[in-house]
Amino acid sequence: MTMNSLTTVPTWARLPRRHVPVLATLALLLVMYGIGVSQYRAFSNIQVIFNVFIDNGFLLVVAVGMTFVILTGGIDLSVGSVVAMTAMVSAWLLQSGLPALLVLVIALLIGPTLGFLMGCAIHFFEIQPFIVTLAGMFFARGMCTFISGASIPITDGFWTTMSQYRIGDPRGNFVSVSVLVAFAVAAVAAYVLAYTRLGRNVYAIGGNPQSALLMGLPVGRTRIAVYTISGLCSAIGGILLSFYTLSGAPLIAVGMELDVIAAVVIGGTVLTGGSGYVFGTVLGVLVLGVIQTLITFDGSLNSWWTKIVIGGLLFAFILLQRLIGIRYK
Amino acid sequence: MTDSRPVLTMTGISKSFPGVRALHNVDFRLFPGEVHALMGENGAGKSTLIKVLTGVYGIDDGIITLGGEQVAFSGPMQAAAAGVSTVYQEVNLCPNLSVAENIFIGREPRRFGAVRWGEVRRRARQLLARLDLDIDVTAPVASYSLAVQQMIAIARAIDVQARVLILDEPTSSLDAGEVEQLFRIMRQLRDEGIAILFVTHFLDQVYGIADRITVLRNGTLVGEHPTAELPQLALVEKMIGKELDVLERIEEHPRRELAALEGGTPFVEVSDLSRKGAVAPFSLTIHAGEVVGLAGLLGSGRTEVARLLFGADRADRGQVAVGGKPTGLRTPVQAIDRGIGFCSENRRAEGIIADLSVRENMILAMQAARGWLRPIPRRRQDELVDKYIKALSIRPANPDVPVRNLSGGNQQKVLLARWLITEPRLLILDEPTRGIDIGAKAEIQKLVVQLSDGGMAVLFISAELEEVLRLSHKIAVMRDRELVAQLTNDDAVDADRVMQTIASGSQREEANQ
Repeated sequence: MTMNSLTTVPTWARLPRRHVPVLATLALLLVMYGIGVSQYRAFSNIQVIFNVFIDNGFLLVVAVGMTFVILTGGIDLSVGSVVAMTAMVSAWLLQSGLPALLVLVIALLIGPTLGFLMGCAIHFFEIQPFIVTLAGMFFARGMCTFISGASIPITDGFWTTMSQYRIGDPRGNFVSVSVLVAFAVAAVAAYVLAYTRLGRNVYAIGGNPQSALLMGLPVGRTRIAVYTISGLCSAIGGILLSFYTLSGAPLIAVGMELDVIAAVVIGGTVLTGGSGYVFGTVLGVLVLGVIQTLITFDGSLNSWWTKIVIGGLLFAFILLQRLIGIRYK
Repeated sequence: MTDSRPVLTMTGISKSFPGVRALHNVDFRLFPGEVHALMGENGAGKSTLIKVLTGVYGIDDGIITLGGEQVAFSGPMQAAAAGVSTVYQEVNLCPNLSVAENIFIGREPRRFGAVRWGEVRRRARQLLARLDLDIDVTAPVASYSLAVQQMIAIARAIDVQARVLILDEPTSSLDAGEVEQLFRIMRQLRDEGIAILFVTHFLDQVYGIADRITVLRNGTLVGEHPTAELPQLALVEKMIGKELDVLERIEEHPRRELAALEGGTPFVEVSDLSRKGAVAPFSLTIHAGEVVGLAGLLGSGRTEVARLLFGADRADRGQVAVGGKPTGLRTPVQAIDRGIGFCSENRRAEGIIADLSVRENMILAMQAARGWLRPIPRRRQDELVDKYIKALSIRPANPDVPVRNLSGGNQQKVLLARWLITEPRLLILDEPTRGIDIGAKAEIQKLVVQLSDGGMAVLFISAELEEVLRLSHKIAVMRDRELVAQLTNDDAVDADRVMQTIASGSQREEANQ
């Protein structure tokens, strides 16, 4: 028997399999964009795409954090509430007269701290991530209304500058600061996942936590790290949202965690962990954004159609993952 | 090879767990460039010895030296760093990651914190070439067979300058060709001077590769022998031990002649049933009222046969006919429908539900057979439960105590009652007397005789030969996942004869065919 005969899958068939979900998402995105362009003349305007990024920059940042968590096979339900809490705390502190920079630092610390604590609870007490982050979700949302039952406007100079600053070309197309931040976060995350031990440990734990432990990988540290990263991303997302809305509102971003999870899964990350890419998550967020844009362009469709379409897509993509057998467990 | 000094010595090792003396004053030596088989039945202390060596457990007493220096590892990682690597029975790799990454994860070559993927792949290829394994290192591990995965795990283990390589049952899920692959690599590593500690249940494999054998029994050292000086039969004897039968003798029960039993139509006829990696094709006939003993060492495929007959695992090929009609036994429900009951060897995990009461545990199988929409009336439950508590003299005789409060023997009786209530025509008993006290053992043996007298067919699986010999009309002998012989249990058959068959197996006896 030659050693080659032990290879169970021929080389040509093996390589793309991990990439199939991402490629499917890319194809879907192109088809949807094609539909938009063929139906509505204004759709081909490049600003339409920029607007998708502008409207969903904060979503992308949060989705990147969620990608880390889902890659380990976990879930973080607290992200929407942490986004809201971060925006709320920022608005409240700015209202009380603290300097913008200090507010920024404080706001960016809250999310990762909560994430770190949730990660510790998950690791040390071996509690299901679902329950721990559900508790975190209620806690953060409760903190929002504790700070104020009503929306707090932001009038700070730094915030309004960030909100209105446009980075554009001479023809008038532009993106906001949040888009650049979102891309920077996505780029850093992609690098971390592909080239650092932390990132590779994330994939290993998602593949088989027991093996990861026996291979001597720091499973506990990595688990805590991903929830901290998710918390940090939620905090950044919260800041971007407050740039976008120039306010902190207690009931903003309700249910956002579900959109985020949908975006990550549509982007090809497997819910059981171990397989997925930040690039896929970017595509997943874009798919969500383009659906919204299409429905806005139509004008006659109820906005709830967005949810129906996302529901259908989510189901289709989970089915696809099952069919190509990318789940390893 | 024995002219050099041992790379590893374990002297006077003792280890106790609450209520169990797992190892008692065990000595073990490992020389560079040898394959050393560690043999013993389950519970003999093999796993404990390995875990003590790699620092998973601390030791109560004794000294471990590596390369002449005394060591006490804090865990497998530290042991690996010192050159003692372990490859476990279940392959511990991440299926989603590439071959190269699985070999190096946790110690990847890096530059400024970034993993150097090119270097990882290059070194992985180098390492695999040393093992003569030509595979695509960028492919995910999941795309390779278990055998290859096993070798990838070995590659990972030897990358850290291993001096001692521990292979804990590496062959249990490999087929013959794959085992040969593994052996080739083991020989090569041995020739490079690595000391290999090899744990397996397969006797053939031991004689195929091991230079020396250490036998453990009940946590004590039985002996260390060069393989050439220890015939298979002697090895089996050492592993099983010739313990005096302290069991209360079942009075010489005039066993009905097998010939008389075989006059009727067989209840179960199995032909060429097999499942890859579990059991080689086997044929077996069981008549009503017949007790068929299934003998063989642990891990020889006895439980696998039982699971196939009960539909708990699906067969790849072969036919089963129950009561003369061909049936596909695909699920336990189908098997129960056709009158087959199965008492699992793994009482805790697969049988008893500890938190439920004796009554609830007993009626479980009957309820399942009726379907959950037709509850058994309480009065009928009481009747049945009382009857079997009396018949099997289960103590305490209270149907409402949680089963967890019963002794092992009584738990086993509850499990038996569960199946007896369904009035099966074939009852499969997998190690029904393991781990229970002698009195309960004798009672269960008596019960088997009674059941068979009443016309029930019984497949009796046990590691204790005495027990199998005492109860069975016919003995099927398993060896290395193959049914190697069927012996009619007449005066010519005794423990030595069965042991011989287990040990050699080459003379296929079809005494009753």
